[in-house]
Amino acid sequence: MTEVTRKRPEFRNINAFSDLTTYRMTPAAWVSILHRASGGLMFLLLPLIVWLFDVSVSSEISFAGFTSAFSAGVGFVPGWLFKLVVLAIIWAYLHHLLAGVRHVYMDATHKVSKEFGKSTALATLVLSIGLTAVLGAKLFGLY
Amino acid sequence: MAVNYGTQRVTPGAHFGTRDWLAQRITATLLTLFTLLVIAEVVFSTGPIGYESWAAIFAPQWMKALTLAVFVSLGYHVWVGMRNIWMDYVKPPGIRLGLHVFTIVWLVACMGWAVQVLWRI
Repeated sequence: MTEVTRKRPEFRNINAFSDLTTYRMTPAAWVSILHRASGGLMFLLLPLIVWLFDVSVSSEISFAGFTSAFSAGVGFVPGWLFKLVVLAIIWAYLHHLLAGVRHVYMDATHKVSKEFGKSTALATLVLSIGLTAVLGAKLFGLY
Repeated sequence: MAVNYGTQRVTPGAHFGTRDWLAQRITATLLTLFTLLVIAEVVFSTGPIGYESWAAIFAPQWMKALTLAVFVSLGYHVWVGMRNIWMDYVKPPGIRLGLHVFTIVWLVACMGWAVQVLWRI
């Protein structure tokens, strides 16, 4: 063991406020944590996703309920909030998919240079947020 | 210490995650291809996009079978992912076990519902 490796600092009991805020978040780090966050979000919203599938394919009548959830809302949830939640699912799916493709591509081709990691991480963030903005504008009727 | 890697490794009931690692990528690839297929079906459908054209995508028997395979893949994919999250952040064994059980029940319940919907079309 060399002198340098033996003296590496060890962090235990990481404090969420004093330690986590000092981390240098590179684009790849953002893609990584958002990959996990988007996956967890979709896991929690899974019943809503199955419900959307249910009402959209079951019958003409249920399909009308599906579309009215976006315009008039459903239950105590107003339409705009419903659209916002669906937009969050859209973002989560896009980010998770694109980050996953980046992951599998790196595994398959062994393209793991520092520069490649940074450029593809930026591409993932720009594409997922950009596509979410485009679809969100459509969802909220801006075009 | 004796060699504990390669063919000499001692593995008392443990696996090294390679199976889950590979399964995660295979199921992810299937989910990506299915996503592209559904998008293509919507884009190339004739007439206005409404109930008829949307439900028609899932009507053929081959699509039902494929969608079922995708549901199962999704369930396994989410299980591996959520288990990783719990293992990283939750240390007390009792709470972790409870969250694992919750994850399985949540996923199986959603999958059962989705399968029922699929064969209602």
